Amino acid sequence: MNNQPIDYATRQRKIRRLAMLLGLVAMGMLGFGYVLVPIYNVMCKAFGINGKTNEQPISYNAADPIDKSRWVTIEFVTSRNNQMPWEFTPLVKKIRVHPGEISRIAFFAKNDSDHEMTVQAIPSVTPGLAAKHLKKTECFCFTQQTLKAGESMDMPVLFHIDRDLPKDVNEMTLSYTMFDITHMKRKKNANAGKIS
Amino acid sequence: MAEVIAHETEHHHYEPGHEKTLWAKIARWVLTTNHKDIGTLYLWLSFIMFFVAGGMALLIRTELFMPGARFISPEFFNQMTTMHGLIMVFGVVMPALTGLANWQIPLMIGAPDMALPRLNNWSFWLLPFAFLLLISTFFLEGPAPNFGWTFYAPLSTQYGPPSTDFMIFAIHLMGLSSIMGAINIIATIINMRAPGMSYMKMPVFAWSWFITAFLLLGIMPVLAGCVTMMLTDRHFGTSFFNAAGGGDPLLFQHLFWFFGHPEVYVLILPAFGIISEILPTFSRKKIFGYRFMVYAIIVIAILSYIVWAHHMFTTGIPLASELFFMYATMIISVPTGVKVFNWTATMFKGALSFETPMLFAIGFLFMFTFGGFSGLMLAIAPADVQYQDSYFVVAHFHYVLMSGSVYAIMAAIYYWLPKWCGYMYSERLGRWHFWLTTIGMNVTFFVMHFLGLAGMPRRIPDYPLQFEDFNQVATIGAFILGFSQLIFLYNVIKTIRGKNRVKATAEVWEGHHGLEWTVPSPAPYHTFSTPPKID
Repeated sequence: MNNQPIDYATRQRKIRRLAMLLGLVAMGMLGFGYVLVPIYNVMCKAFGINGKTNEQPISYNAADPIDKSRWVTIEFVTSRNNQMPWEFTPLVKKIRVHPGEISRIAFFAKNDSDHEMTVQAIPSVTPGLAAKHLKKTECFCFTQQTLKAGESMDMPVLFHIDRDLPKDVNEMTLSYTMFDITHMKRKKNANAGKIS
Repeated sequence: MAEVIAHETEHHHYEPGHEKTLWAKIARWVLTTNHKDIGTLYLWLSFIMFFVAGGMALLIRTELFMPGARFISPEFFNQMTTMHGLIMVFGVVMPALTGLANWQIPLMIGAPDMALPRLNNWSFWLLPFAFLLLISTFFLEGPAPNFGWTFYAPLSTQYGPPSTDFMIFAIHLMGLSSIMGAINIIATIINMRAPGMSYMKMPVFAWSWFITAFLLLGIMPVLAGCVTMMLTDRHFGTSFFNAAGGGDPLLFQHLFWFFGHPEVYVLILPAFGIISEILPTFSRKKIFGYRFMVYAIIVIAILSYIVWAHHMFTTGIPLASELFFMYATMIISVPTGVKVFNWTATMFKGALSFETPMLFAIGFLFMFTFGGFSGLMLAIAPADVQYQDSYFVVAHFHYVLMSGSVYAIMAAIYYWLPKWCGYMYSERLGRWHFWLTTIGMNVTFFVMHFLGLAGMPRRIPDYPLQFEDFNQVATIGAFILGFSQLIFLYNVIKTIRGKNRVKATAEVWEGHHGLEWTVPSPAPYHTFSTPPKID
């Protein structure tokens, strides 16, 4: 095929067409870079691999049986991003529950600064693979909280551990990190990083 | 056919070297679309950047000469490690390899020029501005980028200094340049081969760049997207990497290493190509297992896309992913092993001679393989928990990049310089350069393995007393390594000016093979205007 010299115009046309095509491939890969973002989030959610918990309430069915044969210890940990001037502590540090049993706990938050601030708490569970078995019916992390200077409140979490929790998991840690989002441009449930 | 002739005579109008005014001399280089001119520009940019980033390395090593030193401030130290890495990768190795591609690919496949000469001009001229932008951050208010060359979020997003935006735009420009360069190389190889130059007759160097160009096309846009996400996170309220807004900083590492791992093969595959040209010449044999060399490059390129998370073993990725990425990484040593075997087999029972390019090629063979072994150690996920972020990693990637890519580039320059400028380089200086570089290289980086295994973390400006001895050895080695490059610079300039008085023949080397040795030395400004005959 390549043994005959092809004429200049044909070759230029082929080169131009190929260059266009390769340019499109490059544009496609740029798009692919962005598509990786929702793929990442979907994969993490599907396999429960980055310790994230549900972001929408999961309803609790009181009729579901409780696995009384097992105890699971849940510890609660809090931290504040960038040493923000809030108090943020769990009211209970540790509880023991049966899988399937619903529990209600609360966290205390107080705005120690001299101005109104809006915060968002981000949950994370260790071990990461157990995260999808911790199901929240109600959580302050589903919304943002705004407190005036000096104001305080108790923030509830209603959750249960589902009965499919792997047998080797007996202890879990639920941690919340509080972020100051007073100056962030997005108003509600900022999910800009998620196209999904 | 009439059209062909018309176009070819048109090309022949211009010959450089007759410019009278300074402006015309500058315009010749700014406006050039000649692949040889552009190759030269790329190589000089790379050479200048080599000394800039090398100077940074010497500042780093000086600070690390003893514990508690305050030769430079810790803040400035961080800027040095960041910029040294960024410039060495994007400003030295990549432009040098692209420059070699520009010079050699048309000569090797019998093409009159690159397929898209104007695009070629643009690809190059984006780069000086990208590096001006990057280096200008030293002269702006606030620190220059100081978060390591991998610019992990949130260090580079929430906590990044204002100059980070300059770095982002510099990376956009470099990315654009690389993508256009890659398109050009693919278009050249597909459309411009001389009649009879089938794919499986192409020199391995052309093959290696052909595959590398596809890698670049796949990854540079992802990096561009990744830094754009950083930019919008920093200024436009998005939360790709910001946990407060529902993003995930770990996502940054996935995106970065999706680019970053194939990128290391972008830096090494053309080097493989160069070594596959040089070893046969000085062994006076054909390359052993040509087909397997080509297949190995393709396999490495494909595998490089599925191993990125081995840079993230300690980020808490699940066990199944760790296992997958560990095994996938180890499999890469199979095609790489094929290459090393074939290179050795090429030399086996060959009539070897040890001119400077051959010395560098053999140095490459030994030390790159050594770096490959430390890479295998790092690939073992449980062991990596100890090695990660230590000087062991620093030792590993300097063995594969410095004594891998950079050695191959130096070998290539000694190998083809007589063809480019028509004079032989000084063999005596070349040998001095090789031996001092090799001694300096090993004195600097070999001890870093021990430092890393003993637990010295990378990217720190200070360290506990027990690491002092090895750090002093490394610093002494670094100065030998750094200053011996001046011999290289001197030798290259002396050769270009013809001060060595030894004219190169067209063939240059006794064991020459390939089309580039059929044109006179120095290669005329226009070559293969009529395609060569290939049997």
